[in-house]
Amino acid sequence: MGRRGGAKRRGTRRARRRRRGAVVTTAPVAAIQRGWQSCEACGLLSRPGADAGACPRCGEELAFRKHRSIERTWAFVIAAAVCYVPANLLPVMVTTTAAGSAPDTIMEGVILLWSPTGWPLSLIVLIASIMIPSAKILALVYLLVTVQRGSVANNAERVRLFRTVELIGRWSMVDVFVDTFTAALVQLQPLMAVEPGPGLLFFAAVVVLTMLAVESFDPRLIWDAAPSEEVVHA
Amino acid sequence: MPEPVELPSSRTVPKKERRPSLVWIVPVVAALAGAWVAVTRVLAEGPTITIDFRSAEGLEAGKTKVRYNGVDVGTMTAIRLSDDHLGVVATVRMEPKTESFLVADTRFWVVRPRISGANISGLGTLISGAYVRMDIGQARDEQRAFVGLETPPIVMRDVPGRSFVLKTSDLGSLDSGTPVFYRRLQVGEVVGYELDPDGSGLTVKAFVQAPYDRYVTSATRFWHASGLDVSMSATGFSVQTQSLMSILIGGIAFETPVAEAALPPAGENTSFLLHRDRAEAFRAPERNPLEVRLVFKQSVRGLAAGAPVEFRGIQVGQVVEVGAEVDVKTLAISVPVKIHLEGARFGVRFTDLDPGDDPTAIRRRLWDSLIAHGVRAQLRSGSLLTGALFVAFDVFPDAAPASIDWNAKPLDFPTVPGALEGLEASLASIVRKIDQLPLQAIGDDVAKALVQLDQTLSSARGALDSAGKLVAPSSPLATELTTTLQEVTRAARAIRVLGDYLERHPEALLRGKSGEAR
Repeated sequence: MGRRGGAKRRGTRRARRRRRGAVVTTAPVAAIQRGWQSCEACGLLSRPGADAGACPRCGEELAFRKHRSIERTWAFVIAAAVCYVPANLLPVMVTTTAAGSAPDTIMEGVILLWSPTGWPLSLIVLIASIMIPSAKILALVYLLVTVQRGSVANNAERVRLFRTVELIGRWSMVDVFVDTFTAALVQLQPLMAVEPGPGLLFFAAVVVLTMLAVESFDPRLIWDAAPSEEVVHA
Repeated sequence: MPEPVELPSSRTVPKKERRPSLVWIVPVVAALAGAWVAVTRVLAEGPTITIDFRSAEGLEAGKTKVRYNGVDVGTMTAIRLSDDHLGVVATVRMEPKTESFLVADTRFWVVRPRISGANISGLGTLISGAYVRMDIGQARDEQRAFVGLETPPIVMRDVPGRSFVLKTSDLGSLDSGTPVFYRRLQVGEVVGYELDPDGSGLTVKAFVQAPYDRYVTSATRFWHASGLDVSMSATGFSVQTQSLMSILIGGIAFETPVAEAALPPAGENTSFLLHRDRAEAFRAPERNPLEVRLVFKQSVRGLAAGAPVEFRGIQVGQVVEVGAEVDVKTLAISVPVKIHLEGARFGVRFTDLDPGDDPTAIRRRLWDSLIAHGVRAQLRSGSLLTGALFVAFDVFPDAAPASIDWNAKPLDFPTVPGALEGLEASLASIVRKIDQLPLQAIGDDVAKALVQLDQTLSSARGALDSAGKLVAPSSPLATELTTTLQEVTRAARAIRVLGDYLERHPEALLRGKSGEAR
């Protein structure tokens, strides 16, 4: 963690810095250090007034940083992690056939689908339903920990990671949609019926909570710890 | 428009609030929800039990249900081979609140499609797959490890009724599920059978449903109603059977003799004898039979154990054993026949006994008087076709006097030679008399007489021949006779002419012939 990218990237970054150092005279400084506020919606920099103001351009509420971002993100991440356990242990789908009802958890579905011919589908389910939510939670935890420790390494990667997590967020609900659609469509009583299981509720909660966590995380915090001395010798 | 450079203003750092944010409610709620689910899952987990089966055919971990009266009460979670590799051990997670069902005599069996002679069951499992069925026991002590039944029990515990134990020497066509009939009405089923530990017989368990079980009293007779019972009597054939089904799959029937119908119903697991057929069942049961030894001085070929002992056609006992004995001292071989005599079958009912009376003494007095009146045992032929013998007691007024030594063991009853044996003896004496006839001498005399007769006949033939020659047409006798007869004819004619002449001329006798007439 944190060492991703390897030496090659660092080399390019150094080269970039050297180029920048040669050309650019003003070092990149966080707006907060100048006492300015950036608008989250339109990116306008403005001087804060006495009270918390609104963006003069787009009317977005302004703050130096998101209110209690770290704390709130932690709360949501922990909640998501808590919900992730029952989401994987409880059945998400109950298939009722003449042979009786068979509850299936996500992992059982993956195993059920795994076959010499059906492994791609199984892999899709595995990635979309098990790996991505856990990866999101882990990524957020990583971001939080690095921000709290004031780490300065791989800032750009961390921002990219954050954006990726933000991007994926809304797609994690595909699973829930598929499940509910299946349950709605497969109602061949009395031969066969599919019902959503309790695990689905927790799975949806995981998705929603990770999205909330991403939403409450302020990526500007990543740069707050960046030392301003970086450019002194430039 | 470039701004003049100012001193950097102090850095505003957002104040750290001591009070934790309200957002922490979210993970708390999530944790609570998770905990609540976990707790309900744990609480919803009933007891886990293991069931041993012979094979796991049709069973599937995670799929197979345990059902009781059609309600799922558990799910099979794992199936593994037993430690001795002879069977499988299925782990079943039962629903909550099923602890009270899991007692020592609760039974489990796999419902699969089964087709036996009597019934077809479990066809639904062709579609739904096998499931494990449970029958709740009535014991008190809970149990968690069970041994599954290989065949479904015939009778569920919630069926009112009583089971009875039937002892039989031969299973016949019985099987689990074989019907039990009462007056040709099916009132129960055979629920199981097992070989006695010593291998001498079988114990059949039969279940009779309520309310019919009250017709089973201690005096009830059970018999094999399998197949046809064909009997031949003076009135012809009679065929008895319980039902067409019992012909195919066998059956057990029971009935209580009318005389003893008023007894209270027999208790659970009362033991009965299972008789071969109705006739055997309805013979009075042998209570305390008298064992008697009969020594016959003749061949007992055809006398088998089980042969009847009759008194003037009424069976009063049966032959138990036929064997040879060698007296060690005298080296004499005798063939004693051991029989069981039943005093009650003589119509003697020891019912009006005074308490002081001893039935044994009464029986002895009875037999003593019978022997004194000339009752003896005799071997008789029961069937000329098969040569089967039976023992008959009958009155022989001219039999040699005898008595019974009641202290001897075994008791020896006096016997007389068999009827067939007497016939043989008289036949033998006839043969002896025939033997003593002088058949040789008679034969010689007859031969001589025959020779003489031969000679007589040949001389008679010679006489007849010569007689024939005499009367032959060419014989001189015949010729002479013919000429003689011709002469006689002529003479007769001459006489007639003379007669005529004299008629016309009677005077001729006096005057002689006249000339004129010439």
